[in-house]
Amino acid sequence: MNVLHFAQAFFSDGSHWHGRDGIPTRLSEHVKYSLEALLFAAAVGLPVGLVTGHYGRGGNALALIATAGRALPSFGLLVLMFIWIGFGMVPVMIPLVVLAVPPILVTTYEAVRSVDPSPVDAARGMGMPESRVLLQVELPVALPLVLSGLRTAAIQIVSTATIAAYVSLGGLGRYIIDGLYQRDYEKVVGGAGLVAGLALATLVVFWAAARLAVSPGVRRSG
Amino acid sequence: MNGFFDLPSDLQYGYLGLVGLHLREGLIPVLAGLLIALPVAQLCVRFRWVYPPVLGLTTVLYSIPSLAFFVVLIDYFGQSETTVMVPLAIYSLVVLVPAIVDGVRSVPQDTLAAARAMGFGPVRRYLQVQLPIAVPAIIAGLRVATVSSLSLVSVGMLIGNQGALGNMLYSATTYNRPALAVNSVLTTAVLGVLADALLVLVRRLLTPWMPPTKGAAR
Repeated sequence: MNVLHFAQAFFSDGSHWHGRDGIPTRLSEHVKYSLEALLFAAAVGLPVGLVTGHYGRGGNALALIATAGRALPSFGLLVLMFIWIGFGMVPVMIPLVVLAVPPILVTTYEAVRSVDPSPVDAARGMGMPESRVLLQVELPVALPLVLSGLRTAAIQIVSTATIAAYVSLGGLGRYIIDGLYQRDYEKVVGGAGLVAGLALATLVVFWAAARLAVSPGVRRSG
Repeated sequence: MNGFFDLPSDLQYGYLGLVGLHLREGLIPVLAGLLIALPVAQLCVRFRWVYPPVLGLTTVLYSIPSLAFFVVLIDYFGQSETTVMVPLAIYSLVVLVPAIVDGVRSVPQDTLAAARAMGFGPVRRYLQVQLPIAVPAIIAGLRVATVSSLSLVSVGMLIGNQGALGNMLYSATTYNRPALAVNSVLTTAVLGVLADALLVLVRRLLTPWMPPTKGAAR
C-alpha cells in the first residue's frame, strides 16, 4: 500500500516526464547502457560458447571462468574501475560485461553440447564442413537454450545498470541514487518500478524473438 | 601494496572482522531462502497450477535492483543488516524455487512407484527418495544463489556502511587508497569461489552414487 502510494505520486508528477532528468531521457540512457553491455558480452560469450560446445571440450575451464565472473562483485568492480580509469562509460561497461558473460557462455556451451548427436552425424555424413554443421545444424537446434542464456544476462544487466548512477552517469539508477541521498522515496520506488518494468519488457522481447527465430520443428519437440 | 590490510579505524572492524561480517550478511539470507524455498517448491510440485504464477512473481522480484530494494526497506528496518539481508534472501528464494522444483520433478515415476510399493508414506518418500535425488539440482541452485548473494552484500555500503567488505570501497574513495578497493573486490571474489567449491564438495559427499563429473552450473 505504502509503496504503491509512492509509485503513484512519482508517476503522476508531471515534472518527472520531461527534461534532462525526465523519464524518457533516463529510460533511453538505461536502454542504451544495457544494449551496449549485452552486445559486448554476447560478442565474447557466444562465439566461445559455440565453439567449445561444438568440440565438447573445456567445460571445466568454462565453469571455472563462470564462477569467477559471478563471484566478482559488480559494485566493487565499478568503484575500483572508477578509481583506476576515471569518469566515463568504460568503468560501467566492465562490471556489466563481467556480470553477463558467465550465463551466456555456460548456457551456450551446454546448449550446443546437448544437441542430439544423430542429426549432427547425418550432417557430417552429407559432407558438411564443421563450420556449417555448427551454424546450420547445431545452432538452430540449440537456439531456444542459447536465447534463454542471453535473456538471463539481459535481465541481470538491466537490473544492475542502475549502479552507473553511482559514478555520476545517467540511467534509471539516477532516481534510485538521488532518491536515496535526498530521502525522496517517491523517486526510489518510481525508479525501481521503471527498472522492473524494463526487465519485464526484456522478457517479452526475448519471448517474441524466440517465436520468430526458433524453427517450428524445434519448438514443437522442445 | 602498502597498507593492503591496514584498514582505517572508521570501518570499526579489522580485516578478518569484515570477512566474518560479510559471510554472515551473505550466507544467512541463502539459508533463509532455502528454508522458505523447500515448502514453496513442494507446493509447486504438489499443485501444478501454482508454479507458473510463482515463477512470474519471482521473475519480477528478481528484476528489482538490489539498491532499490535496500532503499525501500530502510523505511521498515532502518539502516541495518536486516535491510541488506531481506532482499538477498528474496533473490536466493527466486533462484532456489525453480531449481528445487526441477530437481524434485526430475525424479522418475518408476522410482516413486517403487517407493510407494515399499510402503513409504508421502513424508518419508519426500525425505528419503525425492529430496536426495534432487540434491544435485538443489546444490546447483545453491551455488548460484550463494555466489551472487556474497557479491551483492557490497552494495549495502550505500545505505550507511552496511556492506561489510564493501565498506572498504567507501574508504578507498574517501581516503584515495585504491589498494583498499582492490582488497575488497578480490576478497569478495575469493569468498565466492571458496563457497562455491565447498558446495561442490558437499554435493559429492551427499550423492556418493553419482560419478564425480563436474556439472556446469546454469
